[in-house]
Order: sequence, then C-alpha cells, then structure tokens
Amino acid sequence: MTRRLASVLLALAAAGCAVPGAGPAPATAPRTHDPRVGLRPGFRDAGQAAWNLRLVANVPKPEGFYDPSDPGAFGYANSDLAFQGNYLFQGNYHGFLIYDISNPAQPRLRTAFVCPGGQGDLSVWGTLLFMSVEEARGRVDCGTQGVQDSVSPERFRGVRIFDISDLERPRQVAAVQTCRGSHTHTLVPDPRDPNVMYVYNSGTSYVRSPRELPGCSARRPEEDPNTSLFRIEVIRVPLDAPERATIVNAPRIFADSAGNIAGLWRGGALGPGAQRTSPTQACHDITAYPAFGLAAGACSGNGLLLDIRDPANPVRVDAVSDPNFAYWHSATFSNDAAKVVFSDEWGGGTQPRCRATDPIRWGGDAIFRRNGNRLQVAGYFKMPAAQTELENCVAHNGSLIPVPGRDVMVQAWYQGGVSVVDFTNPERPVEIAYFDRGPLGSTPMLGGYWSVYWYNGYIYGSEIARGLDVFELVPSRYLSANEIAAAKQARLERLNVQSQPRYTWPATAVVVRAYLDQLRRNRGLPAAEIDAIDAALARAETRTGAARRVELAALARRVAALAERAGDPARVRAVVAVVERMAADAALAAR
Amino acid sequence: MRTSVLRWAWAPAALALGACAPVASSTRAAAPPATPAPVRPAHPADAAFVQHMIVHHAQALVMAELVPRRTSRPELRALAERITISQKDEIATMARWLARRGLPFPDTSVARHPEHHGEHAAMPGMLSGAELERLATLQGEAFDRAFLTAMIRHHEGALEMVAQLSAQPGALQEAEIFTIASEIEADQRAEIERMRALLKRLGGAAPAPTPHHHPGGSEEHR
Repeated sequence: MTRRLASVLLALAAAGCAVPGAGPAPATAPRTHDPRVGLRPGFRDAGQAAWNLRLVANVPKPEGFYDPSDPGAFGYANSDLAFQGNYLFQGNYHGFLIYDISNPAQPRLRTAFVCPGGQGDLSVWGTLLFMSVEEARGRVDCGTQGVQDSVSPERFRGVRIFDISDLERPRQVAAVQTCRGSHTHTLVPDPRDPNVMYVYNSGTSYVRSPRELPGCSARRPEEDPNTSLFRIEVIRVPLDAPERATIVNAPRIFADSAGNIAGLWRGGALGPGAQRTSPTQACHDITAYPAFGLAAGACSGNGLLLDIRDPANPVRVDAVSDPNFAYWHSATFSNDAAKVVFSDEWGGGTQPRCRATDPIRWGGDAIFRRNGNRLQVAGYFKMPAAQTELENCVAHNGSLIPVPGRDVMVQAWYQGGVSVVDFTNPERPVEIAYFDRGPLGSTPMLGGYWSVYWYNGYIYGSEIARGLDVFELVPSRYLSANEIAAAKQARLERLNVQSQPRYTWPATAVVVRAYLDQLRRNRGLPAAEIDAIDAALARAETRTGAARRVELAALARRVAALAERAGDPARVRAVVAVVERMAADAALAAR
Repeated sequence: MRTSVLRWAWAPAALALGACAPVASSTRAAAPPATPAPVRPAHPADAAFVQHMIVHHAQALVMAELVPRRTSRPELRALAERITISQKDEIATMARWLARRGLPFPDTSVARHPEHHGEHAAMPGMLSGAELERLATLQGEAFDRAFLTAMIRHHEGALEMVAQLSAQPGALQEAEIFTIASEIEADQRAEIERMRALLKRLGGAAPAPTPHHHPGGSEEHR
C-alpha cells in the first residue's frame, strides 16, 4: 500500500467515510471504499448502486439499433438527448429514436429512424430536428450501405435538418455539408429575428478531400490561411425555409491579436507534472446561453468565453487553460451565468480514466467563476468512486437541476455512472446523489452514460449500450423534498442542453419552503424563525382572496425585517421576493 | 464522445520489440482474457491500414527508445515518453480491432528493417534500417535535431496513410475504424506541431512539408 493511499484511508476512516456536506477534506484520490466499487459485470444483469436517486425505467434499444453479438458495438452507440413537450429525442450512431415520455416511468418508443453516420447528436426546435453526422459512411439519403467511393456526392458529413411535423415520418429537408463533418452542434436563436436560427458546428474529424467538397483544406495555417482547421462553422437556418440553410461564417475564434489563426494553446503540458493538453484546433461542445448573450466553448486546448450577441459573428472575450485538462469537452453555465463548469474528456471517453490510480483532478470538471468577461478557476470535481479497467469512464455531458438558490448539476460519467453534484460553493463542490452499474461485461466494451439531463422533473440517461434510463431524485439531507418539488416547478417547453435555457420559478409555497430548507441547513436563520415563517405561510395558504393577499404581504414584511441580521441575508431576501410575488398573485386573483 | 478509440491495456503483450527477433505468435498477444470476442468481417483496406499502422507505430517506439541515452534535453525525453505512451495505446486498440475480426497481429520486427520487407518499405515516412542506425550513432544536439526531423517525417507519413485509406473505395465505412483513423490523425497532427515548435527552439529549420522518401508514395502533402 502506498503512503498516499494509506493516508487517504485513514482520512476516510476519521471522517466517517467521507459524508458529503459534512465537510470532508477534498479528496486526493478516487475512493476505493464506496458502494460503487466492485459491482458485478453484466449487460442486462450488472450490479447496481444508487444513492439518493431511483431508477424508475430502463428501456433497452429497439430491434435494429444494437448488435446482438456485441453490446458495445460503436456503430449502434446511443449518443446525445434533446427534449420537446412530451417527447425525448435520442441520438444514435445508427440514426435516432423518439420516445413519448408523457409518463416518464414508462417511455414509449414512437419512432426509430435509421440514418447512420455518428455521432448523431440532436437538437430540436419546433418542427425541426437537427442532427450531427461525421463519419465517412454517412449518406445524403440516410442509406445503410455506406459510401464505397472515396469521393462521392452521396457522402454526407455535416448537419442534417429533418421536418418532424409528422413524428412517425421525419423528412430530411436540408443537409449542410461541412469539411470535417459535424461532431456536435449548438442552436443559437437570432435575438432580432425569430425566423432565424443559427447553428454553430464543431467538426473534429479529418478534413475531407476538396474534390468532394470544394474549399476543404487540411493544410497547416502557415501553408494555407484558408485551412478548414482552426475554426467553427456558423450555419444560418431560415426557420420557414430550412431548405435554404447555409454556412454564413467560419469564424477564426482561436486567432491571436497578430491575426495568427492558431493563436491559442499549441499543445503539450502547461508545466512540469501537468496533464498534456490537446492543441486548440477545433471546438468540441459550445454551450450557448442566449439569455446572457454568452457562450462557453470547450475547445480542445482551451475553455473559451464568447460574446454571441451577434450570433453570426461570435467574438472570443476570454480563453483559459488548466494544468489538469487533457481535452476541453463540454461546458455548463450556472443559472445566473456567474459560474461555468468545464469538463475534461481525458482519454476520449473510450478509456478507463477513473481507476484508483488516476489523479482525482484529471478527467473531471473544473468550475470557474465568471466576472464580466473574465473566467477564474475556483474548484474541481470528479465522480469519486474508483472504477475498473473494464469501464470507460471520464467526465461527460450533464445539465443543471433547477433547485432554486443552489447550483446543482447531474452529469454522465460513461461507465462511471450518473453523479449529481452541488457546486453552489465552487471551491468545494459536493456529490449529493449517484447511480452506477458494474461493467458491461468481462472484456472492455464501449458503454455507460453519454449524457444525463434533467427535464421537467425527471433525469434521463442515454446509456450507450443499455438504452434509455429514467431516474427520480430521492429526498435526502442534501436535497429536501421541497427542493426537489421546487425544481419540478421550473418547467421547460423544450431542452437542448447546449442551447442553455434560463430557469425561472413560479411564486409558490413550495419554492419558499425550498429556500427555508436551505436556511435551516446552512443556519442562515434561527430555527424558531423558520418554523414561524413556515406556519404563517401554511396559514396564508388556507386563505383566499384579499385575506390571502394581506397575510402574505404581512409575512413578506416580517421576513424582510429579518434579512439584515440573518446569517444568509441573500437567501432571506429570496424568500421575501417569492412571498411578495405570491401576494401580488393573490391580489390579481381577488380582482 | 470525442473521436477516440478503445485502447485498453490487455491487448498486446507482444509489443516488446526484440531486435529483429520475429514476434512469436502473431495473434497471441491480442487474445481477450475471457469470453471469445465475436468475429466481425473487415474491409481489406481497413485491415491492411491497421496492420501497417501497427508496424508504423512500432517504428516510432524504436525511435523513441533511442532518446534517453542520446539527449540531455528534458523536453525531448518528455516528448519521447509521450510518443511511446500514445503509440502503445493506439497499437493496443488496433490489436483489439484485429483480434475481434480474427485477423493476425503483424510482425513488428519489420519496423527495424523495413527495406528487408519490400511491401512494408512503401509505408510513408518510415525510416530504413540504415537511417535508424545512423540516428543511433548521433549524440546531443545533432541527435536532437535529427530525431525531431525524422519523427516529424514519420508522423506526417501516418497522416498520409490515413489520407490514402480515405482515398480507397469501400474503406472507412465501419464506425470503429473511422474512430480509430480520426484519433490517429488528430494525435499525430498534435505531436507534429509540438515537434515543429521544439525543433524551432533548437534552432533547426522545421522541415518542409514532407516529400516522402519511399518510391511510389504520394508526394501530396495534406
């Protein structure tokens, strides 16, 4: 046993097995004492460990979307998710699946659409579905026979657009070819023209021949200033005429002030002992946050902050590095955009990078504070349970869980499972729930969660090999029933995680009680005061009309008077604001 | 998932490159430990690419082996270490791909004397046995520059192999081989940029885009 491991075990023993929230010392290595360690392997019968999360449904992939002889076959991997209304759209390297989730505990497959080409990341907007395609087998006509000719007008690498007015019969209405295909993409609505959608395209694969798509160039920038490397593409889509979608810009967002288009990280380690970071030659995920006119670009060698108020012309306003990052992969803003969680896909997602020997700060999340146009690193998080050699594991895609007053995110870790992290205090992120299965089998296979997102009250996981999983949060000392209920009240019409929505909460007693639970937890107000507020609120709830308004207004004034000498005045003011809105609603209702 | 590949450690125990000793059993190394992997058909061009790339990568390992005793530069040692790790990882992935398709792991001893094996000598960027021997006689600055120049050429050869593969009818149609080729392309490209920067710092002229030395190879640079 190494000295380091011994000291960690001692520390764990002393901390009563590192209960999150109880103030454990920051982990220095993956935990080897954890219910997630040593789970039985299996495709359909793997061992499971769950904490504060309940698996409510697992829907295996439909016929034709898996290889019976090889659960980990790349060609049928499930990929990213998008949501609209009561429908969930699941990407797959072989096409896409549409599920009816009216009853989240029983997703019903509505459509299985075959259209190979990987990765198949999806976004949805009204009657349009957008899909990323990068592979050489991709065909304009969605055929499964691949493209035999090395240069062919039949090959498709780029962004497909489907009309899904008829969910059973998606119809491809546009197919925008790009030089490196489309690995991922991001929808950015035009703030001035509701009829225009911009799509940021990230191509990360090799550049195709200019004989197949004129203008494509894989040359180094020194040899060809018009190289297809070192750029993203901006596609403009007229929503009433999507067939006219076209590339309108290929911004050089990595350029330096001297105009060198390869102006950011050139590759290598930031210092002795540091991780080796990829050169900044393409973006992976770009997460737009239209409500703030910002985007966070996870761009291979750097994390970028972009000003996207003019979506066709994104402007880089900051670029950060991190000595722990190998490959900047994805980004999530906190709801107030004051923090950005960047994640690192060390090993590309197909390798085991959560072993007991892997550094706890490598292959995880780095949480940045944003101050205007400046990003500053604050802390790190990695799913803490040691995984085996058989499990591909590293940070992957996640989304916010809209708990008012807190920054909570659910995230996929491939075969490392699902982890829910609270990063309200970015210096000390804390895991508050998880779910994990054992390896897919007794040999290494590609599997685990590609993305795990919260949508209108449930958590949906796209399992690469095992299908679609649905989870519910279980109340715990880290997340109360009121906080979960309040999160469920922040509803969305649709969710494309890379086009981040801003959550708002209705003025309800549940939201107030969520804040009260938080004040109880962090001793932001004396318990007796909290009990009194809760009782007054309960009383007001039984009233109607003017009486209700009067009681709520009085409660708001009473709580406001407490704010100044409270331990957590900001949260007390949040309570006041909600109660005031409730009073206003009561006044409207009384009229 | 980023374009990347499965490269777990169990695959090729046979990567140790004995000096010209033929690798004992060509497939032995890649046999999975437990359940037999299903055999899936491979396109001949994809299969040839993988087998050739393994030999090509194996020569990078031979070259990297020379570094620790011939340089005094820590950054060159670090680079050699990086190349060793990445090429071994990729070889492991490719070995696994071959094993799943019931295809043999190639004879990597070829990497030391490509000219003794006609067809392998046609791999872009490969050094001949004589060139390898010459490199091994150098020390210090002269070695550093010669090593970087040769390795840049070697890596550019790998880029060309990917380009040649994509130019072959019927190739690159399988999702996993597409991922493998994309990953190799990205890795080699990144390492080439690192080496060019290092060579520039050493005062060596970065080599012009490589006209490959082998007869019959394409001269087109990508």
